[in-house]
Amino acid sequence: MKFAFRDVMTITKRQLLQLARIPEVLVFSTIQPVMFVLLFRFVFGGSIQTGQPGGYVQLLMPGIFVQTVAFTLAATAVGLAEDMKKGLIDRFRSLPISRGAVVIGRTFGDALLNILVLTVMAAAGYAVGWRPTSGGLSIFLAFLFLFMFGYALSWIGIYVGLAVKEARTVQSVGFLVTFPLTFLSNAFAPTTGMPKALQYFAEWNPVSTMVAACRQLFGLKNEFGATATSWPSQHPLETSLLYMVVLMVVFIPLSIRKYKNTSN
Amino acid sequence: MKSIIAEHLVKTYRNGEVRALDDLSLDVEEGTVLSVLGPNGAGKTSTVRILATLLKPDSGNATVAGIDVAKHPDKVRELIGLSGQYAAVDETLTGWDNLVMFGRLYHLGKAASVKRAEQLLERFSLTDSARRPIKTYSGGMRRRLDLAASLIVQPKVLFLDEPTTGLDPRGRQEMWGVIQELVKGGVTLLLTTQYLEEADQLADEIAVIDHGKVIARGTSDALKKQVGGERLEITVENSDITHTQEIVARISGTALHTDVRTISAPVSTGSVALMEALRALDEAKIHPLDISLKRPSLDDVFLSLTGHVAEDEVAADSVKKKRGGKK
Repeated sequence: MKFAFRDVMTITKRQLLQLARIPEVLVFSTIQPVMFVLLFRFVFGGSIQTGQPGGYVQLLMPGIFVQTVAFTLAATAVGLAEDMKKGLIDRFRSLPISRGAVVIGRTFGDALLNILVLTVMAAAGYAVGWRPTSGGLSIFLAFLFLFMFGYALSWIGIYVGLAVKEARTVQSVGFLVTFPLTFLSNAFAPTTGMPKALQYFAEWNPVSTMVAACRQLFGLKNEFGATATSWPSQHPLETSLLYMVVLMVVFIPLSIRKYKNTSN
Repeated sequence: MKSIIAEHLVKTYRNGEVRALDDLSLDVEEGTVLSVLGPNGAGKTSTVRILATLLKPDSGNATVAGIDVAKHPDKVRELIGLSGQYAAVDETLTGWDNLVMFGRLYHLGKAASVKRAEQLLERFSLTDSARRPIKTYSGGMRRRLDLAASLIVQPKVLFLDEPTTGLDPRGRQEMWGVIQELVKGGVTLLLTTQYLEEADQLADEIAVIDHGKVIARGTSDALKKQVGGERLEITVENSDITHTQEIVARISGTALHTDVRTISAPVSTGSVALMEALRALDEAKIHPLDISLKRPSLDDVFLSLTGHVAEDEVAADSVKKKRGGKK
C-alpha cells in the first residue's frame, strides 16, 4: 500500500515519456481539435445566424471543447488495448505492484494530456475570435468541468479497452459511442431542428448538458437548448456534475475490478 | 527442495469446450532447469501464466518457492521473473527508460533503478542501444531487453515462455548463451519451448506435454532411451550396398533399414559397434561416404510419444485462432 501512489506515478510518467519520445502523437492529438475549431468557425460560422454577440464562435468553442474531451474515452481504451496486445499488461500484472496502479496511472496520463490539448485549443479559439465574457473564476470552473468530464469518460474507456481488447475494434467502438453523442447534442447546431425523439435524447445527453454548462460559465446564454423548460436545460451545471459523479462512482470500481479479473 | 510444484492443474476455456490443461502436474527442483516441451496449443503458456499468478486454474494447486500462487500472489510476484512469448516492453520508450521504469515498479529507489538498469544493459550488451527506442531494436535485442526486465530484482524463480520463438538462428544462439549464463547463477528456471533442440541444450529435465497433460518426463538422455537405443548409420556407393548390408547385419544382429544408399540398424554396444563396422569396411575395401552413430533426436521422442510431430505449427495456429486467440 505504501508504494501504491508511487506505482501510479511511475505508470503516468511512462505515458508522458512516450509523448517526449514520439512528439508526433502530441502534435496529432492537438491538430485534430484545432482543425475542428478552424473548420466549424470558417465553414459554418458565416452561415449560422445567432443572436449571440461575438457570433457563432462563442457557441462553437464550448461544443468543440466538450467533443474533444469526449474522445478521451477512445484514447484511453485504445492505449490500454494496445498495451494488452503487446503483453505489457501481463508484465505489469506479474510485478508486485498495487493492482489498480496500471489503470489509474493511465487515466492520469490521459488527463494530463487533456490539459495540454485544452490549452492549445483555447489559444486557437482565441486566435479566431473566441472571447469568454465571464470572470476568471467562472472560466477556470468551465475548464475544471471539461477536465473532470474527460477524466470520468476515461474510466469508461478503461472498461471498454479491457472488454474489447483488440485495439482496432476498440477504436471503432470508441468512435461509435462518441460520435452520435457529440452530434446528437446542442454542440454545433440547435436541437430544435431535430425530430422530437432525438430532441429528447439530445436534451438529456451529457454532452449537451456539459456544453450548456460551459456556455453558461463562459458568460453566454444557452441558445441551442432543446426545450428551455426541461430540467437539464434549466440546470446544466447540476446535471453535468451529477453525470460525472455517477460515471465515476460506477466505472472506477467496475473498471478496476475488470482489470483484476481480466487475462488475455 | 522443490521450487515449483504444480498439482493437478485444470484450465478450461470457453465454458469447458477447450481443455487447455487437463490434470497437469509437474515440479522443479531448486536451482535446476525444467523445459516444458510441446507443440502450440499444448498448454505451455497456460501453465506458465498460472505459475506466474496471471491466470487462475479451474482446479488444482501450485506453489512457487513454497508459496501458494492462488492464495498469496503478491508474495509470489516479489520472487519471480517472467519473460513472455513476445517482448513485453514499451516499444516507444528506450531500453534505458524501460529498465528504469521496471526498477521503480519493483520499488527500487531512483538511483538504484538507474544503477540496476545500467548494470543489466551492460550485461546483455545493450549499452550502445540504451538510448534508442525499442522499436528500432532487432528481435534478439528485444528479447534480451525483455529478459533483463525480468531480472531487475534477482528472481528466485524465472519463467521463460518460448524465449527464442521467432528469432533467427543467430539471435537464438545468443539467447541460449545468455540463458546458460543465468542458470550458472543458480536461478530455478522453467522454460517452455517448441524447439526440441532448445530443450536439449538448456534443460536438466524435460517435461513433454501434449493436450494439457505431461506425457513424459525425464532427462534428455532418459527420454531418448525410452524411444530406443542408438543406431548405426552408414552411407555407401550403390555398388557397395549389398556387401555393407552383410557387414551391418553381422554386427547388429537385427533388422536392417535401407534408405537409398544409407543402411541403418539398431546397435547396443555403441562406439564398439562403430569401430567394428569401420574395421570390417576397411578390410572389404569399402569407403563409406558417411558413417555415424545416431542417437534418436527429440523429434523421434515426440513422434513416438504422441504419434504426431512436434512442429505442426500451422495447424496448431489455426486451432488456436478458433479458440478465440487464447495464448
